Amino acid sequence: MAPDTAKRAGLPMSSRRRREGPGPNRRRDLPSLGLAALKVGPALMLLVVVIAAAALSDVFFTTRNVGNVLSQTAVIAILALAQLLVIVTRGIDLSVGSNLALSAVVGALVFGSVGSGALVIVAMLVTGMAVGAVNGAVLVWGRLPHPFIMTLAMLSIARGLALWLSGGQPISGMPEIVQQIGGEAIGWLPYSAFLVAGLALLTLLLTKAMLWGRWIFAVGGNPDAARRAAIPVDRVVVSVYVLSGLAAGTGAVINAGRLNGGSPTFGELAELDAIAAVVIGGASFHGGRGHVGNALVGALMIGVIRNAMNLLNVNAFLQPIVIGAVIVLAVEIDVLRGRLEERLRIVQAVQS
Amino acid sequence: MTASNPPALRVRGATKRFGAVVALEDVNIDARRGEVLALLGDNGAGKSTLIKCVSGVHRLDAGIVEVDGTPVDPGSPAAARNLGIETVYQDLALFDNLDPAANFYAGREMTAPKWLPRGIRLVRRRAMVDTTAAVLRRLEVGVADVGTPVGLMSGGQRQAVAVARAAAFATNVVILDEPTAALGVRESRHVLDLILRLRDQGFAIVVVSHAMDHVMEIADRAVVLRRGRTVGELIPRPETRQQIVSLIVGGDG
Repeated sequence: MAPDTAKRAGLPMSSRRRREGPGPNRRRDLPSLGLAALKVGPALMLLVVVIAAAALSDVFFTTRNVGNVLSQTAVIAILALAQLLVIVTRGIDLSVGSNLALSAVVGALVFGSVGSGALVIVAMLVTGMAVGAVNGAVLVWGRLPHPFIMTLAMLSIARGLALWLSGGQPISGMPEIVQQIGGEAIGWLPYSAFLVAGLALLTLLLTKAMLWGRWIFAVGGNPDAARRAAIPVDRVVVSVYVLSGLAAGTGAVINAGRLNGGSPTFGELAELDAIAAVVIGGASFHGGRGHVGNALVGALMIGVIRNAMNLLNVNAFLQPIVIGAVIVLAVEIDVLRGRLEERLRIVQAVQS
Repeated sequence: MTASNPPALRVRGATKRFGAVVALEDVNIDARRGEVLALLGDNGAGKSTLIKCVSGVHRLDAGIVEVDGTPVDPGSPAAARNLGIETVYQDLALFDNLDPAANFYAGREMTAPKWLPRGIRLVRRRAMVDTTAAVLRRLEVGVADVGTPVGLMSGGQRQAVAVARAAAFATNVVILDEPTAALGVRESRHVLDLILRLRDQGFAIVVVSHAMDHVMEIADRAVVLRRGRTVGELIPRPETRQQIVSLIVGGDG
């Protein structure tokens, strides 16, 4: 677990080497150690929440409930993985919840007329990606001042399309395979949890090892410099919105499978859950910073808090209040991290 | 420095207009290997425009750029880099969230395997970190830890990383825009020494600077621009200092 958390801290080499080496100056080690501790902050917070939930409810750690948490968190987690990439490029995608509903409705309509399971899944994924592509293309080539505007407009447009196409009513029926992905489990582990794990690994591979992922972080860190370094900034930006749309389409598959149908009311406020998960995970809206593991932790945190409060029969109206408080707390930790980094920089400047 | 060899960088008759504003008119410069050329002038004299035209950010309306005597077209930043011309911009163009190796190789990463489309290839992180560490050592740039994001480094270290990045990839010319503007006395010292080391390694160096003391110290020649024209070229010496200042501000020397 120890190397794993160190890796999650984002700077495995630096922090480890610095601690092992005969530190030339202990004063430099102190802030950087504090920094390392704060970087695993989200994971620690999740641990605290899980322990508290387990202590307060004996049902929490039953396999059935853990399976429940995982399946309830799956959609948020998948949306958060892609939202992370968007936020790393200094963007935001508000349209994913509506996009999810539209994709699910399109899937249900395709199932109504064709009946092929594979085709239904393809229809949902392609719809999601198409919406994302429009977001990215209009943002970049329409020179909109901020992605907030484009995706806010798309939030409205996609929800409207979903309502229009479905006549405002849920359309029931989903192919066997979709129901399986969304609603069934191997033992107590839901299929959707495996899907989340697989997509998280792919996203990790993208961000840590692949050139495109490195470019995503470069674009978020300094778009002008990226342009001058001949990185294809526009295509990188469009790609993260397409991936976010793909995540919405995947979320549609899970949601439609679980409820055996497509409804225009799917995914309401899901975009805010996804953004909250990413922010709890310590990603910065200034771009260039964020980690796949932490985004998953953020999603799980939201899922666990909701689940635990349900188990404990806490008034449902309290849930959003608690989650709001957690967001503020998590970002406060991030602010603290920023302060420490600044101090580290000053200490280094004084020493050099 | 034999006069018979063509200079590493030669600009002839450079002219650039932005609408009705003439930013450059018939400017000539030569930058030779093993030599520091200072580009001087008041604000708006055309220094930045000139180096942006050489580094591919802007395009000259008229005039030619030659590298080692061959006419070239630095039509984009990537084209200029391919010609062996590297530029250290005043804003440094660093990625604060990335470590020095990622900064060095941004846009020209080492990747494998070759048969995959470039975007989904794996980055060869180890190789890039090793090369970067070697370059930083060779240029005597003291960076405590090559895994640190450059955003956590001091101003002098950041400047040094940006200069070292240029030096690592330049084959002909290193252009520096105000390399000491944001630095304290000691950090300036380090960066000036670094520039002199690059000169000794055989690069042609072009420095844009307002800091007269630094120019007097490191430049072998100085070209003075005023309102987009070359108004003088001389060798910075204590006795020519007053003359240079006069050329910059436009009084009679």
